[in-house]
Amino acid sequence: MRAFAVLLDRLAFTPSRNAKLVLLADHLRSTLDPDRGWALAALTGALSFSAAKPAIIRSAAEARIDPQLFALSYDYVGDLAETVALAWPVRPGANREPDLSQVVDALLTASKHEVPKLLEGWLDAMDADGRWALLKLMTGALRVGVSARLAKQALADFGGVPVEQIEEVWHSQHPPYVDLFAWLEGRSERPSPNAPARFRPVMLAQAIDEATDFARYDAQDYAAEWKWDGVRVQAVNEGGRRALYSRTGDDIGKAFPDVLESLGFEGVIDGELLVMHGHTIGGFGDLQQRLNRKTPDAALMGKHPAGIRAYDLLMDGDEDLREQPFSARRGRLEKLVARAANPRLDLSPLVAFPDWEALAGIRADPPAGDPQLSEGLMLKRLDSPYVAGRPKGLWFKWKRDPHLVDAVLMYAQRGHGKRSGFYSDYTFGVWREDSNGDRVLVPVGKAYFGFTDEELKQLDKYVRDHTIDRFGPVRSIRADMQSGLVLEIAFEGLQRSTRHKSGVAMRFPRVNRIRWDKPSREADELATLEALLSALARPARGLSGNS
Amino acid sequence: MKLKPQALLCPRPAGLYCPPGDFYIDPTRPVDRAVITHGHADHARAGHGVVAATPETLAIMAVRYGEDFAGRVEPLRYGETIERGGVDVTLVPAGHILGSAQAVLRWKGMTIVVSGDYKRRADPTCAPFEPIACDVFVTEATFGLPVFRHPPDSDEIAKLIKSLEQFPQRTHIVGAYALGKAQRIIRLLRQAGHDQVIYTHGAMARLDELYTGFGVDLGPLAPATVEKKAAFEGAVVIAPPSALEGTWVRRFADPVPCFASGWMRVKARARQRHVELPLIISDHADWDELTNTISEVRPEELWVTHGAEEALLRWSALNDIPAKALAIVGYEDEDDD
Repeated sequence: MRAFAVLLDRLAFTPSRNAKLVLLADHLRSTLDPDRGWALAALTGALSFSAAKPAIIRSAAEARIDPQLFALSYDYVGDLAETVALAWPVRPGANREPDLSQVVDALLTASKHEVPKLLEGWLDAMDADGRWALLKLMTGALRVGVSARLAKQALADFGGVPVEQIEEVWHSQHPPYVDLFAWLEGRSERPSPNAPARFRPVMLAQAIDEATDFARYDAQDYAAEWKWDGVRVQAVNEGGRRALYSRTGDDIGKAFPDVLESLGFEGVIDGELLVMHGHTIGGFGDLQQRLNRKTPDAALMGKHPAGIRAYDLLMDGDEDLREQPFSARRGRLEKLVARAANPRLDLSPLVAFPDWEALAGIRADPPAGDPQLSEGLMLKRLDSPYVAGRPKGLWFKWKRDPHLVDAVLMYAQRGHGKRSGFYSDYTFGVWREDSNGDRVLVPVGKAYFGFTDEELKQLDKYVRDHTIDRFGPVRSIRADMQSGLVLEIAFEGLQRSTRHKSGVAMRFPRVNRIRWDKPSREADELATLEALLSALARPARGLSGNS
Repeated sequence: MKLKPQALLCPRPAGLYCPPGDFYIDPTRPVDRAVITHGHADHARAGHGVVAATPETLAIMAVRYGEDFAGRVEPLRYGETIERGGVDVTLVPAGHILGSAQAVLRWKGMTIVVSGDYKRRADPTCAPFEPIACDVFVTEATFGLPVFRHPPDSDEIAKLIKSLEQFPQRTHIVGAYALGKAQRIIRLLRQAGHDQVIYTHGAMARLDELYTGFGVDLGPLAPATVEKKAAFEGAVVIAPPSALEGTWVRRFADPVPCFASGWMRVKARARQRHVELPLIISDHADWDELTNTISEVRPEELWVTHGAEEALLRWSALNDIPAKALAIVGYEDEDDD
């Protein structure tokens, strides 16, 4: 348990992805089976203990600690598990500290009545870090910034294999992943990926380089389609089992029962998960509402019905098509989608074009309808096999030019790692009228990239020279009608948001240019963003049901 | 009639005052006669008439304020007693930093111990705390909450050494208070076998020299100046915590910000400071040290000078020890700087 506790503690304070990978791979190297596998399962949220409830933790603390001292402590720390972990008065003569696997085994099999006694014994046997790890493990709230994707990358680093190989076998493996580690340590063959309805690693596109790629590649060799603004998914129906995976192999089926129900085919489809009113798609914001819910209710599914817009076919029945060229797979896909005849499954149409120049015109001015909601175009080489990873020259994404807005710098926060000592995270705002008719700035987003190292130095200096207030690591910057720094912000999309005071949330905002020349009062108005929002968001139409 | 302890010691605006001896202990403003427990700036101020303190504390004050920091000094070694208006004053080790002392006042059969800032665990840079039985024990309560239990120093230093192995390209900058904490961290690293050059911020060079002069072996040190940029890779740098937040840290490529303080026990405090490797090392007694010390010296009465006194008063009530908070204004907490 100690090694796991130390790892959790370290991960909780480590912001950088690379540093997290070092810590994870190190843990996998220095910890034995089955503890390391359980650690991985705990970090990726693959463990849950139905008999362990927060109420048990609270009553254990109340039985051991003076209520006034506990209240003072909780008031100071602000987190129940952490308070109990720190303030727990250890009784002498405790047992040996348990291994993580002992804790997991016991919790998986214990009844609700057995948990309190187990808990008390463990709390006595551990130090504060161990107790914190235990309590977070029990309540399933590790929150140390490790996604399943990061864990898979750590496994790949640990074993020296491409991450796609991990993704491919991931769903046939179960905690504590003993076979997986045996393979990654070269002690056995690669485990068979052949679990029913398993995930296949996906093929990714490179960003096109407009300056060189169009001269290098022949337009005749490529098909084009719209790049849909949803979530890339792999929909599987094999041997009566259905699954819906994200592009990194996370199973998201539970959140989309309506989509799972629609998989009336045998095979594996690659496509885009979208909100679909009939064959008209909704904006990303609508899909976001579905993604936010682990299990949706009927009302939400009725309001934002989800479906798949298919663009590739990996398995047709039990026939593996991945070695075949795109053009052949596409033909099979079209037939399969027609056969399925399901309103929740349609086909991503191909965009016809004679040459690159014509395609550029189509991209700049997409036709009415769904294409206007797209993020740009995808180019796929007609003879390309379906290759896991991001192979060169086969698939390209050609995004639309981003939206731009001129905003005023309002707050800045210090960065981490290579940006220690620099104010590198910027909150920016646009103008609106308050109830008195005065123009005030309202924050609309946060950006922390898009600028060069040299520009970072200039921005940092500006922040330090124009600070009017400080809150911990955050500085408030002078920003009013007379003074302020205008940042040209580029972003990919805009959504309505109830969490932001401004009511809008940007996707991928970044600093496109620093407008040293522009007076702050000439920055954009919130109304400009609201108009863009109306243009982007299509109202949900009364087309629900079997339309 | 029994003598009231207030006759021997009482709080006044300038600090704790001893009427029969006519002197203050750690006064927060200039006075004629002062007894100083230790060299931290909030306890040891410049401008007093006569200052009695340990030779180490007097040396620290001279480094910080110049040789003329007081009208006259009276060096008082641990265990030596001087008499002031019938009051016997003895300085006894407090285990806080080099030269730190408890002031023991004895008068007409009554003993009051003003412990100053103290801790109970071993510290390779100073003499260990000596418990003295007394009628009134005056304690700090910086970490007077049951959530503050400092882990063993060796565990925390092991964390730092492991991180140096895991991230050999990155500079580990340890924020540590320039007087006491910095030298203790260096000494602990040496004890753990770290024998490479340790780079230090300019603000602590003279204090490092002072410690070395008193026989604390700090090993090879070098100033963390900009010209040495390449040498910082994989090295330990010790700096005052405030330096971590300034432009000073830019000379280090991709540093790991560490912070040595008892406050690092609480995750929100570490996060708020952008600390990547919190080191829970404090020169103040934690909850167990506070309560064990009070149990050990068994005072008739407990006075709490500064810190989180509420929980300590509750604990005293539960343990039938009469206690009160003095709420002395002006004592800060160098652990948080």
